[in-house]
Amino acid sequence: MANKLINETGLPKWIANIFAARNIITAKDALSITEFELMELLDVGLAEVTSAIAHISEVVCPPCQTALYLMEHRVQHENLAGHLPTRLKGLDDALCGGIPFGALTELVGPAGIGKTQFCLKLSLLASLPPQCGGLDGRVIYIDAESKFISKRLIEIGLKSFPEIFHKKGMAQEMAGRILIFRPTSLSEFTESLHQIKLLILQQQVKLLIIDSMAALALGEESGASRQQTLGWHVSFIKSLAEFSRIPVVVTNQVRSQIGYEACLYPFQVAQSDAGKKDNAARYDSHLVAALGISWAHAVTIRLVLEAKSGQRFIKLSKSPMSPPLAFRFKINSSGIVLLDNIGMELKGPDINTIHFQGQNTLFSVEGEKLQ
Amino acid sequence: MEKKESSRQICGKDRIIALEGTDLDVPESKASEILKYVSQTSRMDGSSRSPATFDGAQTAWAMLSEENFLPCITTSCLDLDNILGGGMRCREVTEIGGVPGIGKTQIGIQLAVNVQIPIEYGGLGGQAIYIDTEGSFMVERVLQIAEACIEDLSEYAHLHKDAQDCKVKMHPNNILQNIFYFRVCSYTEQIALVNYLDKFVTEHKSVKIIILDSVTFHFRQEFDDMARRTRLLSEMALKFMRLSKKFGLAVVMLNQVTTKFIDGSFQLTLALGDSWSHMCTNRIILYWNNNERYAFIDKSPSLKSASASYSVTSRGIRNSSSSSKRIKMM
Repeated sequence: MANKLINETGLPKWIANIFAARNIITAKDALSITEFELMELLDVGLAEVTSAIAHISEVVCPPCQTALYLMEHRVQHENLAGHLPTRLKGLDDALCGGIPFGALTELVGPAGIGKTQFCLKLSLLASLPPQCGGLDGRVIYIDAESKFISKRLIEIGLKSFPEIFHKKGMAQEMAGRILIFRPTSLSEFTESLHQIKLLILQQQVKLLIIDSMAALALGEESGASRQQTLGWHVSFIKSLAEFSRIPVVVTNQVRSQIGYEACLYPFQVAQSDAGKKDNAARYDSHLVAALGISWAHAVTIRLVLEAKSGQRFIKLSKSPMSPPLAFRFKINSSGIVLLDNIGMELKGPDINTIHFQGQNTLFSVEGEKLQ
Repeated sequence: MEKKESSRQICGKDRIIALEGTDLDVPESKASEILKYVSQTSRMDGSSRSPATFDGAQTAWAMLSEENFLPCITTSCLDLDNILGGGMRCREVTEIGGVPGIGKTQIGIQLAVNVQIPIEYGGLGGQAIYIDTEGSFMVERVLQIAEACIEDLSEYAHLHKDAQDCKVKMHPNNILQNIFYFRVCSYTEQIALVNYLDKFVTEHKSVKIIILDSVTFHFRQEFDDMARRTRLLSEMALKFMRLSKKFGLAVVMLNQVTTKFIDGSFQLTLALGDSWSHMCTNRIILYWNNNERYAFIDKSPSLKSASASYSVTSRGIRNSSSSSKRIKMM
């Protein structure tokens, strides 16, 4: 809507012509400068500018929906009321049914914790026929880290949904619905995003997975320009999710916290010097999610996968519909399995920190099982 | 007193004289009649409004009585309401910022529900506009909070044994019906919407709160020219300010945080820069203090700087568990 042409908004001809003469063609052009600047530029009175802007605004502004309409629409027109169940019962309950459509869900965790396993399972779930609780659609899987292993996908399918995968031709059918893109740089990914957009609009794509965003973004030059390109991608992906009403799952890497990382506001520093001790304590062993705070704000749901004292945990660290909860999980041949369905409620810094202790012992045991 | 009257008369006379000066050709008898009328009406006005020297101006005394009757929207967290002087105040623009996951959207949704608490229960019985720039508005969550709110209200009604009929009126679906949701997908749409809201609120007079979640998202992504961004943001803030005064509604803007190098170390600060920090009337920062969520009044012309703990429960925003324990102990 932002790119709507001014002469198509039904504005009186004479003033539309003045806009055109000053090379203000789209609504975006007109709304990107203040009314005062516009007055100067167009050389017309404030009243005329205000009424013209009011007119353009009314045409461009998004439609109003009541929350009730949103809910009823979802219940009536969408599979499973707008959620993709993960089949991890505790997690699904906390998320009101699963990964929500139209939103950005992020999986963060150290290498080897099970992010890709989770993604593989999700792509199978989205491609399953509806009678098995799936979305019966195609999946687009952006595999930036070359970690997608089809063999493992089939294995998870055979173990988790034997009734389907043992049917003749079904494994092929299911796996055939998953489309894998392997961009090697962010710019390649950006190009493919436009194709993906078309695919999503044309075909029955029901899930988009990006594994991982960090691998794509961290390859770029660091600094402000990276934040900006990242910002553009977040915006684009979010609007893609929104308009096609599909769930989007993005994975993210971790990095170690560097020195005195910002975690206090100036007034907190002033309030107590004890803050510094906290900082020092945090310094030693913790990991934080990569891609920075602006990205963290942009994701709707953040799931942290971590390992602590020989146990793996999946934590709902940011979610608009659930308190922060942690669930123990393990990985077996059928993918991620929760060990208990009642989450432990988390408090304070625990919600965001990512532990990675005792992983080695745990990994060797699990690794043997896997092979 | 006499002086006041005479000054008012002169004020009225001045106006007439000015009129006469332009084009008004009336006989003297009529003119004095008009003058009499003018002085009368100005006296009548004087009881409610003090003599305005020009349109739109108001004396501090008149504002005082207005300020005393500013309606508030409760946050459902008593401690937070206490430091805010009763809740989110109408006719003011409040900015709330904090790290991801601290509960900004939760507070936004809670306010959108609470503005609808009927007048019989001490609420405003209004409607809410929710502007979602991030896509984080979850109807499921609104439903949870609305149901909890109705439960609390009926408990209250039970205690006070009155207003039975309200029970029927308040249904979760009604609450959802009264939240007007706009999904904004670019900063252009955001600006367009602010311009359009004037008309929208004129048509929906019972809207008492506008929640912008968040003001930051699009303005953080799409700009190269920071000076232009600041100009657009301040124009937008002024428009929100005007809306809040014109319709007597509360405006709540949620903001993200960023890091800034202050005094030799990186510290957290709300996004959009220093000139933006002047824009809102009140600024509240949400932060973690050990295991508790806290809200801190960073800036306010009327409230003293204070902080209070709160918690995000499955029923919405509530007092933090430790503070309720403390009260119980006392």
